[in-house]
Amino acid sequence: MGGKYDVVIIGGGVTGAAIARELSRYDLKTCLLEREEDVCSGTSKANSAIVHAGYDAKPGTNKARMNVEGNRMMEELSRELDFEFQRNGSLVVCFGPEELPALERLLEQGKQNGVEGLSIISGEEARKMEPNLREEVYAALHAPSGGIVCPFGLTIALAENACDNGVEFRFNTEVTEVKRLEDKETEDKETADKGAGTAGGGYRIRTLRGDLETRFVVNAAGLYADVFHNMVSSKPISISPRRGSYWLLDKESAPCVNHTVFQVPGRFGKGVLVTPTVHGNLLLGPTAVDIDDKEDTRTTAGELEDIRKKASRSVRDIPFSRVITSFAGLRAREEGDDFVLGKAPGAPGFFDAAGIDSPGLTAAPAIGRFLAGQIARAAGAKEKADFNPYRKGIVKAAALPLQDRAKLIQKDPAYGTIVCRCEQISEGEIRDAVTRTLGAKSMDGIKRRVRAGMGRCQAGFCTPGVMEILARKLGLPPEEICKNGDGSRLLEGGMGQ
Amino acid sequence: MKEYEIVVIGGGPAGLAAALEARENGAGEILILERDVRTGGILNQCIHNGFGLHTFQEELTGPEYADRFVQQVRKAGIETRCGSMVIRVGRDRTVTYVNREEGLTQVRAKAVILAMGCRERPRGALNIPGYRPAGIYSAGTAQRLVNLEGVCVGKKAVILGSGDIGLIMARRLTLEGTKVLAVAEVMPYSGGLKRNIVQCLDDFGIPLLLNHTVVEILGKKRVEGVVLARVDENRKPVPGTQRLLECDTLLLSVGLLPENELTRELGADMDRATGGPCVNQRMETRIPGIFACGNVLHVHDLVDYVSQEAALAGKEAALWIREESGRETKADCRGEGIFLQAGRGIRYTVPQRLDSAGNGGNVTVRFRVDGVYQDSSIAVYSKDCCLVRKKKRVLSPGEMEQLVLTAQQQDLCRRQGEIRICVETGREQ
Amino acid sequence: MIRELTCICCPLGCRLFVDDRHPEQVSGNSCPKGAQYAKNEVTDPRRTVTASVRVEGGELPMVSVKTSREIPKDRIFACMEKIRALRVFAPVKLGDVLLSDCAGTGVDIVATKTVERRMP
Repeated sequence: MGGKYDVVIIGGGVTGAAIARELSRYDLKTCLLEREEDVCSGTSKANSAIVHAGYDAKPGTNKARMNVEGNRMMEELSRELDFEFQRNGSLVVCFGPEELPALERLLEQGKQNGVEGLSIISGEEARKMEPNLREEVYAALHAPSGGIVCPFGLTIALAENACDNGVEFRFNTEVTEVKRLEDKETEDKETADKGAGTAGGGYRIRTLRGDLETRFVVNAAGLYADVFHNMVSSKPISISPRRGSYWLLDKESAPCVNHTVFQVPGRFGKGVLVTPTVHGNLLLGPTAVDIDDKEDTRTTAGELEDIRKKASRSVRDIPFSRVITSFAGLRAREEGDDFVLGKAPGAPGFFDAAGIDSPGLTAAPAIGRFLAGQIARAAGAKEKADFNPYRKGIVKAAALPLQDRAKLIQKDPAYGTIVCRCEQISEGEIRDAVTRTLGAKSMDGIKRRVRAGMGRCQAGFCTPGVMEILARKLGLPPEEICKNGDGSRLLEGGMGQ
Repeated sequence: MKEYEIVVIGGGPAGLAAALEARENGAGEILILERDVRTGGILNQCIHNGFGLHTFQEELTGPEYADRFVQQVRKAGIETRCGSMVIRVGRDRTVTYVNREEGLTQVRAKAVILAMGCRERPRGALNIPGYRPAGIYSAGTAQRLVNLEGVCVGKKAVILGSGDIGLIMARRLTLEGTKVLAVAEVMPYSGGLKRNIVQCLDDFGIPLLLNHTVVEILGKKRVEGVVLARVDENRKPVPGTQRLLECDTLLLSVGLLPENELTRELGADMDRATGGPCVNQRMETRIPGIFACGNVLHVHDLVDYVSQEAALAGKEAALWIREESGRETKADCRGEGIFLQAGRGIRYTVPQRLDSAGNGGNVTVRFRVDGVYQDSSIAVYSKDCCLVRKKKRVLSPGEMEQLVLTAQQQDLCRRQGEIRICVETGREQ
Repeated sequence: MIRELTCICCPLGCRLFVDDRHPEQVSGNSCPKGAQYAKNEVTDPRRTVTASVRVEGGELPMVSVKTSREIPKDRIFACMEKIRALRVFAPVKLGDVLLSDCAGTGVDIVATKTVERRMP
């Protein structure tokens, strides 16, 4: 499985997907390589799902710039790509006058970064907006432009749209080596000519599934971005994992909070957030633990307890008895504490999108636009006339008005069979998740696309049904169905029946 | 919009018994809505025996028990729709459901009987630290996969929780060739029946580890092992008691939760202890014409009691249609009534309320205790007057208890405005 | 040899002690039922076995089955081996004998569920 490309993107997280989508505007032959079986399988799937307003980052940094721009892009993007996004506003609360200067610093920073609408409000005003804030809340920074997004929805929408516009996606394709080619090494004379002056001889990408050649490389490899960068660049970078654990609580008729409630970093450390999700759940977290293992997404008893204590400081009556799951994600923290974006020193044609920790989800669309622009210029690529910016998501039958839902089922009875009862997901939707562009191949793939198994019973009820549909649509025996790729089969042993 | 006398939501043992008894008591058109492909509910996957000793005086398997009711429902000509998921019940008793054949349908009923059953408590509710690999199943999901789909979930399993489904699955997996290493139970006693401990664990030499829990799950893609630890009296793991069991499967049998999404949306009063709606002695919620029975009301240990309770709901729903239908203020005319107080040692009672009208008959009160008690009594008081005292050799939270209040006793309580049930004396374990 | 058993006759779960050479001599029981249970357990322990069998062409993939009577406890796995090897064709009616004299026990394997033919 070889191939020659103009651009190869390493990594199918939200950053890689955003870059792919922006690159698909141009007449470039682009390929995205992902080591897992699906997009959105690493940092992008386990985070706070927040669209940050942009007051956190130091003015002048990549983070500040990309955050604010990404935040501004989100509305239009969600309309074009049909994913769930909500501008619910955020509050950063502090617990006493001694913490007020920290809030003011955020306000000032936000203003410099170009965040609009920021103001500091009193505890009472904050409680008027959020009656469940504790009495101890002394003041708050209100950021009306803060929002929440479905991280799976965003990443998958970007990837599908990129794919529909011609980007090739290769999964289960772990990159083992990136090597810069001398001009003479390029087998194809034409490619060498084309590449001259821009990317030298281009790059050879060695993967577990064969080699590829490309003029440009985009390094969006998340926690492993330092590994690939350091293979070619004269100036090494170092990325270390920082683990964040979360609690997810069940949906309730009246959510505990409507805004995203942050805590100002202070006496008690960094604090945790309490936020509704776009699907009506309550999310608490994250912790921040520096670890060595880039795969260690374990939750620990200590961290989970820490979340409970800290979350309770800002919000009262959190219904802890309604926890439906806990999980942990790793953030890719770069030593310099800023996004590493653009041309890698000493490696022409190699572009980094590295060190993308928070606010990476918010920034992704802006990073995509920025890097795609740079690459297109370097490649001398033109915008395609037939680029289609629109992507329609999978129909959500349960969210339709009753009459429309009735019509939908009449047209296709598969939407009338409910498979996941917690989230009311029908067989039709699960089938769509498998058969559409970049369709799901696993239980987790289904879960991230249509939320079957994401509800309060956590797949207890729908597992057999979803397995059956996956097996049928993929043409596999049930024993081959995985939770999330190789090695994660749901059934082991074989009963000999 | 098609009109029915009664719509029953759920075609499990509760729904079937309720529909039958409603018909016996003169209800006309009845519709049972079932989300699975056939009626019978969870009994279809409970292929083990031990059902029906009270109802049929013989030992049946789950499917056989269900079949007796299914045949009667068929004979009675009661309409049944399978593959039909109810998405909404209105206070006006409009029921909206979806299925393949009809699409989205709304029907109206004079009375609605809620019989949606219960579901299993998931892992998340336990917050077990570690990874989230494949190979973690709630016991009932594994039961469905093994018994109904005929697949094997794993080669080596640990089971957390010694509720009956966990015990039953320990035996079932063993018979199918899966090695069950241990059943761990965080409490100092098992929540399952003695008979199941003997015949599902002891028979096969499977250890039951009381006061133990899983403190970590290992394996990134598929379960590779679990770490067990002993717990202290506060159910906190004791440092230094951890041990690793290598396995590829973890089954969770850690409790059942009544499934009341529709009930909550309806705005019915809920009982925090049961997780179900509050009902009076007619199995009637506070919303006129809405009845509830079976595991949606509270989790039962024996299906025979589900059938009994559901039959009462069916009968009362039929009577309600005859007597009260159209008088929407009904709940009010019967009055507030009095609440059964769960006193010392009692976790909850069903019914939660005796309405002020009464129906001149006995009332069976079902309840669970909050711990293991030996040589103690169950007592019912109204003010200082002891109405019932029943000696019990042993009381355990795993077994549902019941007692009967005569019409006379009920009237006394109504007059005095109080009724309280408690556990008395005895050694507490 | 003295054997120790847990009585299953009621929730009390008495700890029973019984000498397997003198099964009449039971101690630890609180009632006669316990003594009888202990005697049976040491002289001729029996169990009903239940399982699922694959159905070809059925509306469901599996049909549940049981032994028509209790079988000796030490024959459980021998019976399971036969049951696991069993294949049946729809329709299967509740009560149908799917296998006679399972593993030489003289006990039949019967269906506990009706599985009709799958609609084409």
